[in-house]
Amino acid sequence: MLQAFPDMKGRFGDFGGKYVPETLMGPLQELEEALDEAMNDQAFLDEYHHVLKEYAGRPTSLSYADQLSEHLGGAKIYLKREDLNHTGAHKLNNAIGQGLLAKRMGKKKIIAETGAGQHGVASATVAAKFGLECKVFMGEEDIRRQELNVFRMKLLGAEVVSVSSGNGTLKDATNEAIRYWVANCEDHFYLIGSVVGPHPYPRMVRDFQRVIGDESKKQFLEVEKELPDRIYACVGGGSNAMGIFYPFLGDAPELIGVEAAGKGIDTPEHAATLTKGTPGVIHGSMTYLMQDVNGQITEPYSISAGLDYPGIGPEHAHLFQTKQVRYESITDEEALDALKVLTRQEGIIPAIESAHALAQAFKEAAEMSPEQTILINLSGRGDKDMATLMEHFEEGN
Amino acid sequence: MLTQTSFQGKLTKTEDLFIPFVVAGDPTPELTIQFALKLQEAGADILELGVPYSDPLADGPTIQRAAQRALKQEMSLTKAIDLVPKLREAGVKIPVVIFTYYNPVLQLGYNRFFEMLEENGAEGVLIPDLPYEESEEIRGLAEDKEVEFISLVAPNSDKRIKQIAEHAKGFLYCVSTLGVTGGSNQMSAETLSFIKKVKEHSKVPVAVGFGVSTNDDVQLVREHSDGVIIGSKIIRLIEGELEAFENGKEEEALERFYKEIHELVK
Repeated sequence: MLQAFPDMKGRFGDFGGKYVPETLMGPLQELEEALDEAMNDQAFLDEYHHVLKEYAGRPTSLSYADQLSEHLGGAKIYLKREDLNHTGAHKLNNAIGQGLLAKRMGKKKIIAETGAGQHGVASATVAAKFGLECKVFMGEEDIRRQELNVFRMKLLGAEVVSVSSGNGTLKDATNEAIRYWVANCEDHFYLIGSVVGPHPYPRMVRDFQRVIGDESKKQFLEVEKELPDRIYACVGGGSNAMGIFYPFLGDAPELIGVEAAGKGIDTPEHAATLTKGTPGVIHGSMTYLMQDVNGQITEPYSISAGLDYPGIGPEHAHLFQTKQVRYESITDEEALDALKVLTRQEGIIPAIESAHALAQAFKEAAEMSPEQTILINLSGRGDKDMATLMEHFEEGN
Repeated sequence: MLTQTSFQGKLTKTEDLFIPFVVAGDPTPELTIQFALKLQEAGADILELGVPYSDPLADGPTIQRAAQRALKQEMSLTKAIDLVPKLREAGVKIPVVIFTYYNPVLQLGYNRFFEMLEENGAEGVLIPDLPYEESEEIRGLAEDKEVEFISLVAPNSDKRIKQIAEHAKGFLYCVSTLGVTGGSNQMSAETLSFIKKVKEHSKVPVAVGFGVSTNDDVQLVREHSDGVIIGSKIIRLIEGELEAFENGKEEEALERFYKEIHELVK
């Protein structure tokens, strides 16, 4: 029997907790109480599932990738198609849950941080749908990399706040969003996009993303009559991975989280937090992170804006420490190669984030037998990455 | 009635305290010593020595800039603590509180951290991202080592105000407005009743910070609490002199700094 995490103090074993300025302790308490109440209210859960079905288009498909499986010549490969979710990625599942909770709490304004822009778009979308004001904090480098998503957010009526501190990426956008929340917590709801941050965020985001794993389990059993041998998901903060892994914890499938190795884990330019990082505190949570000897947080790197984060959700740190999930890392080049393979074999252009999970799965699938099955969480579609892909593939690759 | 002696007996009064904040190494470690001397001359009772951090969640743009300047000088937690004996040598006698985010302390390790505080003669520590619920172990260690672990309390601390105030050591840091450092300050009726409530439960002096930037603010805070904490305003004064330091006009700059502080807290 698995112990239920997090505990009363918001801990997943050694990780998690609330390492925040005193001014946030009140709002976090208020959030936790409202969340507990909502999650025990069948009417709230019914509304959440209703919106997922009628608005987001869930359940998303489970696709058997026959061409790809044949091409790799090993295990049978299935894809959980979060790319088909409204707005193009898994991020909306969580944004709908938190958006409904914000409404229930009477908060009319939401703030969000975003890296690749997918969570920003998801937040702007629920803000439009539920009649909320929305401010999205985004690093200036990410604004450059993800121009299209910036425009989508503005079109949806959100204000995009450019963050220039640090490297101008997700870490800095998160700092700024937290600072803004500290000053405006009375009437603002902070809609965090991943399983990171202080308690109760890691638990809340996981519980709003577990729909991915719950659906997958049911769909897989219908088709294959048994569970997959292995399940793969990419990990930045780790919400799509927690979403698909959580309902399978303690079950037979081996779970594999794939981090971004950037230009290689032996270079300083990567975002492989569990592979290369050490325990510490980032964004209010005890977890693994990338830092120097003085405990200063260092800047990560990945071609994928959504994985370009120096921390990771505390539950992943716990699953890593207790060896319940195996974590691997994939370079920019390997991810782009996998992206191309999926595109050509299956006619699906994945997000560069998701291509990290694909790349690891492809490596292993070829070594497995045709009786074995694997499931890959295709967390998002690649439309947002066209500029990056054009830049890369037209450079002579 | 405040009767407890604190800061290893070095804090001799319990009201009308002036508690300035500077970032160690902003713009250089040598100048931090000079600023500390001027602050002491202007009547400072306790010095908050800030350790620059890459991700200062509780700080606004002013202190973030100071941290960036100090990080360029390769300032770190251990170097900041090492600065304390140099402050003493130069004549700084008031208690020093090391103000640091939690992660650097965690990486150094609690034992080494307290050993260093003891060896270098720092009397207090303040960790803005380590709330009461997460700080039980370190508060115990601090008590054993006779280091004052400074707690913060905010208007929205609500039911926790009593708990935090009753366990406070050294002085209690009252966050007067919600928000990060350097915001605007207005003392509303709500703030006044908050301070009053904190004072009812605290056995140590209650000092008010966040957004104190004019002599009027100082007077107002003095009237209602036991001390005033000034951070961002001091950093802005230092920023105003950066050019003078670069041009070698150090003495004039320090003199102007002293006069400004003197006017601010007179």
